[in-house]
Amino acid sequence: MSFDPVTLLRIANLARIDLPAEHLSELGDEMAAILSLIDQLQAVDTSRIVPLSHPLSVIGEMALPLRADAVTAENLREASFANAPQTENGLFLVPKVIA
Amino acid sequence: MSAPDPPARSLTALSKQLQSRQVSATALAEQTLQRIAEQVSLNAFLHIDADLTLAEARAADARIAAGDPSPLLGIPVAHKDIFVTRGWRTTAGSKMLANYVSPFDAAVVEKMRAAGMVCVGKLNCDEFAMGSSNENSAFGAVRNPWDSGRIPGGSSGGSAAVVAAGLVPASTGTDTGGSLRQPAAMCGITAIKPTYGRVSRYGMVAFASSLDQAGPMARSAEDCAYLLDAMAGYDRRDSTSLDSPETKQSILNAFQTKNASKRPQDKVFVGLRIGLPAEFFAAGLTKDVAARVVEAVEVFKQHGATIVDISLPRTELAIPAYYVIAPAEASSNLSRFDGVRYGHRASEYQDLNDMIAKSRAEGFGREVQRRILTGTYVLSHGYYDAYYLQAQRVRRLIAQDFQDALKQCDVIMGPVAPTTAWKIGEKSNDPVAMYLQDIFTLGVSLAGLPGMSVPCGFDSLNLPVGLQIIGNYFAEAEMLSVAHQYQQLTDWHLHTPTGAP
Repeated sequence: MSFDPVTLLRIANLARIDLPAEHLSELGDEMAAILSLIDQLQAVDTSRIVPLSHPLSVIGEMALPLRADAVTAENLREASFANAPQTENGLFLVPKVIA
Repeated sequence: MSAPDPPARSLTALSKQLQSRQVSATALAEQTLQRIAEQVSLNAFLHIDADLTLAEARAADARIAAGDPSPLLGIPVAHKDIFVTRGWRTTAGSKMLANYVSPFDAAVVEKMRAAGMVCVGKLNCDEFAMGSSNENSAFGAVRNPWDSGRIPGGSSGGSAAVVAAGLVPASTGTDTGGSLRQPAAMCGITAIKPTYGRVSRYGMVAFASSLDQAGPMARSAEDCAYLLDAMAGYDRRDSTSLDSPETKQSILNAFQTKNASKRPQDKVFVGLRIGLPAEFFAAGLTKDVAARVVEAVEVFKQHGATIVDISLPRTELAIPAYYVIAPAEASSNLSRFDGVRYGHRASEYQDLNDMIAKSRAEGFGREVQRRILTGTYVLSHGYYDAYYLQAQRVRRLIAQDFQDALKQCDVIMGPVAPTTAWKIGEKSNDPVAMYLQDIFTLGVSLAGLPGMSVPCGFDSLNLPVGLQIIGNYFAEAEMLSVAHQYQQLTDWHLHTPTGAP
């Protein structure tokens, strides 16, 4: 499995990472090495094996926890906004998206 | 190598000094800050704020004066910079969060403060906890106190280095694939990664949510028992936090009960069955590490333990399974960094999409980008079944292998890592070579089992070697007790690097 520049750019676009052109070749080689490592999984017979997402479900069903539908968080508006790159009138500013 | 440390460095001894007013929490905090300032070359701290620290110390002194007997009251602690903190910056080792100050405290930070511990700062780590050497921090690698030219391990490298250097008696860390155990081994200290769900992940900057678990680092297993007891417990704010009969019991009480039996010393491990997986002693393990681990097992055997040969046949497969699942979850978790609500924003861009893509390219380091790309790839259309679901199926096989093995033994022992600490720069250009170093810790993480690292000697270069102890779900108290008894028979955990107090 190789990682050609077209695939790499397609994945980078999905991941919203703007890859500089000068890194593409080196990064492609690194990704190819990682892929050949993870491709070892293909040789394992896993027919009839159910995927495991919560590790402890291997010893018993894990019930999804529910909680009361109530407001529990304190108002952290000011402290939260203090971390924003750009705000105005209590709103996060982004570049114009509507023409 | 200097002589073993006096026992006054232990948490219980420090606590006695504090409670008997031989030393105040404020004086201890001041002395700690002074020592930290003298050791800046370790590059272990990312943020120190003497005012915040001394305010916490004065609060601890007030509680001591009021007769509060809490065992951790007034003890200095430093947090891995993955735990969000009010007041202190939280960077997660990333340029992305270089100036981030959280509006709330992580559950672990809250709990340590409620126990009366005094926070002395935030600790350097691999960016978003992704790494095995600490070289992936945007703020430079932490130095190993045993040899400043070497890595401290990762990702909780700062957490391990400050305890090893004697700057603090305790620190917090997180473990997704070995990030508590491996740096503990490489710095010669004790650490425990608890059962997945034992400690709340609330306020831990998320890397791989089905694997991330917090734990303590300290000199000894006994100290870790006090710390884990304070950290653990159900938290409704973390949907994977466990609320079960097992998690309601005090780890410290169970630990103390297990240690109370007065057996003759040569029979202290009678009845303990130790499983040795053949795959943990196979090719790739360096001679010195193998020898130290075998010697440690011999100590258990001489004191009554039974050795059982077991097999964990999919040990090697843990590497590809982990390096699919962890990046997949990381790519999802890290999608929140868009330069809009917090974090780095690029200064030049054409439109919203370009702003997001440039901010992420500038804010994330190379390894984080590789993992996001890997994760995006394995979750993308046409590859999800072949990679992600297949990795989760292999994950079940690996977890089942551990359950089968633990039917034959009470704990599993082996090395933490194939080698001791390597030189800074030695593997940093080869991501796959770095991934292969995680072989003995990844399976435990995938299975969600508790795992410990306990100092068990040194290699020919005087670099520490760690013994890994793996137990079944919720067996933390038993594992800590086994490690504690070992530390009563050996003094490897008391050795300190030259220059450390």
